[in-house]
Amino acid sequence: MIVEVKNVAKTYENGVEALRDVNLAFPQGQLSTLLGPSGCGKTTLLKIIAGLIPRNAGEVLVKGKPVDGPGPERAFVFQDFALLPWASVLRNVAFGLELRGMEREKREEVARRYIAEVGLKGFEHRHPSQLSGGMRQRVGLARALTVDADIILMDEPFSSVDEQTRRKFQEDLLDLLRHHRKTVIFVTHSIEEAAYLSDQIVLLSPRPGTVSRVVNPNVDRNKTPDEIRRDRAYLDTVDEIWGILRQYV
Amino acid sequence: MTGTYGQRAWQLASFVLFFGLWELAGRWPVSAAFPPFSRTAVALWQMIADGSLLKAYLITLQPLALGIALCAVAGIGFGIGMGLSRSVEWLSLPIFIILQAAPMAAIIPLITYIYGIGLTSKVLAVIMLAAPVIVMNSYKGIRNTHPSLLQMCRSFQGTRRQEIVKIVLPHAAGLIFTGLRLGLAMGFIGIVIAELLITPTGIGDLITYNSSIADYPKMFAAIASIVALAAISLHLLERLERRWFP
Repeated sequence: MIVEVKNVAKTYENGVEALRDVNLAFPQGQLSTLLGPSGCGKTTLLKIIAGLIPRNAGEVLVKGKPVDGPGPERAFVFQDFALLPWASVLRNVAFGLELRGMEREKREEVARRYIAEVGLKGFEHRHPSQLSGGMRQRVGLARALTVDADIILMDEPFSSVDEQTRRKFQEDLLDLLRHHRKTVIFVTHSIEEAAYLSDQIVLLSPRPGTVSRVVNPNVDRNKTPDEIRRDRAYLDTVDEIWGILRQYV
Repeated sequence: MTGTYGQRAWQLASFVLFFGLWELAGRWPVSAAFPPFSRTAVALWQMIADGSLLKAYLITLQPLALGIALCAVAGIGFGIGMGLSRSVEWLSLPIFIILQAAPMAAIIPLITYIYGIGLTSKVLAVIMLAAPVIVMNSYKGIRNTHPSLLQMCRSFQGTRRQEIVKIVLPHAAGLIFTGLRLGLAMGFIGIVIAELLITPTGIGDLITYNSSIADYPKMFAAIASIVALAAISLHLLERLERRWFP
């Protein structure tokens, strides 16, 4: 278990109880999804794991050690991309390394490699405003990959990406993350997306967010994307999750 | 292409219409104190030719340039300080909000009680008008930094220093520049008020002197020249702004 969440609770200053007594474990090298209706605290939980917002109780262990802030073993991909609008794709992708003080030539070499991996070769000198939503999120993903963190935390990365691009992006993401053996924790509100991508799905119930169920879809990952979408296990998982979630909506 | 041609044509038409109406109104025998556009233009040309306009501007632009330069350094610094630190914000925000709301023409005579009628008072008049908008824009530029950019910086273990230098300041640069441009616009108002209310010097002197000897074309030419100078310099700054901070 590379990430463990123990008895975590969070109440915001305005009195809203976002999370209550959350206990979870995320296995190394797997893709886990936090799934639930809006307001169930899934983004809050992800940001607590990232160390971006403080928790009120409990602890988060990464590789067995308690953490209280961001760390080099975790990289975050933001829902709104969080790209510097005044910087080129190249500088944005290299920004994590720039903050670490790596010299320019070195970090741009690394960045170029990941820009090519996410399929943006040739766009190095464009600015974010010149890219589509899907391409911007590829920049965000490449930036998270450059710092070579073992754990990638993704906050609804596809929510502002249109449907066609999203499918292609999901397939690319699976390839890329498996290839790099990353542990991924992924927030989404799309049941199909969760069932398609995940090794483990954590269902959260809303207000306050608690773990409602953990589902392990036994989808055969050696199949092609189209086969997976027609796979028995995939379809059963979607049904099972909908059966649980429908009581919350 | 036709779009820009069309736009240019309408803009040109707007000038022709305005100056045409001015010409007509001036020829209408209502007031001898209102010269038509043509005579004003001739007077303007005379003042350019005999060097009196240039001499006036050299005097007028001194306190304006000094005041704006001081605002650019201290005002932007103050605004950034207010944006970055809560205590600086609480200390100084009320001052600038009051300054922004205060009717300046009523306060400027007060300056002369303290600082007399020299350059200092005029520079102060420019500063009092220009500083609030420059400070407030810098402050808002800093405060409005996109929160997810700050979280992004923290998630990659950026330091507070890196956060300010690499994210907050570049993010605020556009608004700070806008503040400078609006500050200059206020500075033009300030300098004209100061030259009319404190002591007539420079362009204020041209206006009051020509008014007192009833040379109205020259008086109007002086007024029109400072309006044109302000409009052109602000327009150029706006274009620069659009190029630098698209």
